[in-house]
Amino acid sequence: MSRAVTTRRKTINTVLAWSIGFLIFFPILWTILTSFKTEAQAINDPPLFLFFDWTLENYAVVQERSDYMRFLWNSVIIAGGSTLIGVMIAIPAAWSMAFVPSKRTKDILLWMLSTKMLPAVGVLYPIYLIFIELGLLDTRIGLVVVIMLINLPIIVWMLYTYFKEIPGEILEAARMDGASLREEIIYVLTPMAVPGIASTILLNFILAWNEAFWTLNLTAAQAAPLTAFIASYSSPEGLFYAKLSAASTMAIAPILILGWFSQKQLVRGLTFGAVK
Amino acid sequence: MGRIVLDKVTKRFGSVEVIPPLDLTIEDGEFTVFVGPSGCGKSTLLRLIAGLEDLSSGKIEIDGSDVSAVPPAKRGLAMVFQSYALYPHMSVRKNIAFPLRMAKLDQAEIDRRVSNAAQVLNLTDYLDRRPGQLSGGQRQRVAIGRAIVREPSAFLFDEPLSNLDAALRVGMRLEISELHKRLETTMIYVTHDQVEAMTMADKIVVLRAGNIEQVGSPLDLYNQPRNRFVAGFIGSPRMNFLEGAVAAKHGAHAIGFRPEHLGLSLTEGEWKGKVGVAEHLGSDTFLHVHPENGGETITVRVDGEFSARHGDIVYLTPIADKIHRFAADGLRIQ
Repeated sequence: MSRAVTTRRKTINTVLAWSIGFLIFFPILWTILTSFKTEAQAINDPPLFLFFDWTLENYAVVQERSDYMRFLWNSVIIAGGSTLIGVMIAIPAAWSMAFVPSKRTKDILLWMLSTKMLPAVGVLYPIYLIFIELGLLDTRIGLVVVIMLINLPIIVWMLYTYFKEIPGEILEAARMDGASLREEIIYVLTPMAVPGIASTILLNFILAWNEAFWTLNLTAAQAAPLTAFIASYSSPEGLFYAKLSAASTMAIAPILILGWFSQKQLVRGLTFGAVK
Repeated sequence: MGRIVLDKVTKRFGSVEVIPPLDLTIEDGEFTVFVGPSGCGKSTLLRLIAGLEDLSSGKIEIDGSDVSAVPPAKRGLAMVFQSYALYPHMSVRKNIAFPLRMAKLDQAEIDRRVSNAAQVLNLTDYLDRRPGQLSGGQRQRVAIGRAIVREPSAFLFDEPLSNLDAALRVGMRLEISELHKRLETTMIYVTHDQVEAMTMADKIVVLRAGNIEQVGSPLDLYNQPRNRFVAGFIGSPRMNFLEGAVAAKHGAHAIGFRPEHLGLSLTEGEWKGKVGVAEHLGSDTFLHVHPENGGETITVRVDGEFSARHGDIVYLTPIADKIHRFAADGLRIQ
């Protein structure tokens, strides 16, 4: 399908698209800008956009007051660990749903997704009690498990849609060639699904990285990741806008860079199956 | 070795019975073709033998041992799929080596067998390519290579040539036949193309709705079809059938005669008719004749060239001892 598009129309569309993009990005931009201001400039009225005294002071203070690397390391462990374990559980699950579906497969998929409709706070109390009981409060392992379970439905769903695209005959050929179920999944299915698995991992890493509800409620000092690091700078009193912004910028920088380098993979992952 | 025995095998999908109880013996070294119209259960039957589908009841024996509950990997059979089903992320070499790797053979033996297979199948120059970089015929050869390296007790082919163009199909048909002559291994070949069945098979199994209509050598089926379905399915162009008064004269519900078993004359004969379409192939000529009495169109084959055009009047006479007679239930009267 091709349509003639006039230059004027193109210009309008381009300007419109950039404006919307800028609008969505603006809060992040503003946070980054604020992180380079002094606390006084940060609450200046009218707000200062670009012309202020750029300073790195906030970063120095933040780094001095709290150990950024420890929070970063916790974030990496929690996001990486929960994604890795999630994918290891989800690959066999998605395999069975895609290639040997039963009468209930569709129901199970929907049921899994429906757990995401429940507000997280609804299960905070029981999970909190379980954590106390098991001694998991403020441990990285506890958070890895909880965040993995929370994202598992999404991982299974994504992998399921990828696996559905792989012709079953190829897996049958592997079976005829003498591959056991384990070999079939390791040598044939997984390599063929690498693009899909990669974008699944990426998306879930980002989701786990940004997860704030559980990390804030289930950690104190030991296992606190970057989300807790940001939160520790939000205070009802005193002047903390610039420092809060600096902390936020430091927290989102790794994931922003990761996202930038893998945007192609990510877009493909999110739109996969939409057009066939 | 590769003697395969199906004993009262059935397959149901839900409440639909795809294969009613079926018995069949495939001898060691035989080239057996399952043929029938689409949906007749021939592919299902092959997949049951492969182990890719579970039996609903009955049992399958390979070389005397019951394999009904044995997974496909352990049955010692190799399969070539209609879509080739090559592993797209592996080179041709790795594709062919895959079953050997799964069998945990040592690397030297794997290399030896892969290069042998590549030589036999003219794939030596393509070993380091990916399947995506090959033509349809080459992909088919890789699929066959992957099947022969593991020296299976039988080969299963599921419509392997239906994705190839006509010229390539004839070539591959010969290659597979040659392969069978050389390996002398049992082969089971599924197709809906009766020409493939006739040219390749030692034994043809004609299937309809999961039932075996007839088992026999190609010429058995051609000369002595058991019923009207087999008579119509085997042979190209298909057999002409006439019912009513003409058939009654021969003491049958219907009579059938093949296009090549008709005498054609411009002056006299048993039936008079007008030429509808004339197909001139050079080697032979097919005329589709509309009988004067308004019956069904009769196809007639003439050797070589025959100058007839649309609307010409011709006379047809069936060769008396080549007329097949069928009873009302479709069975052929001996």
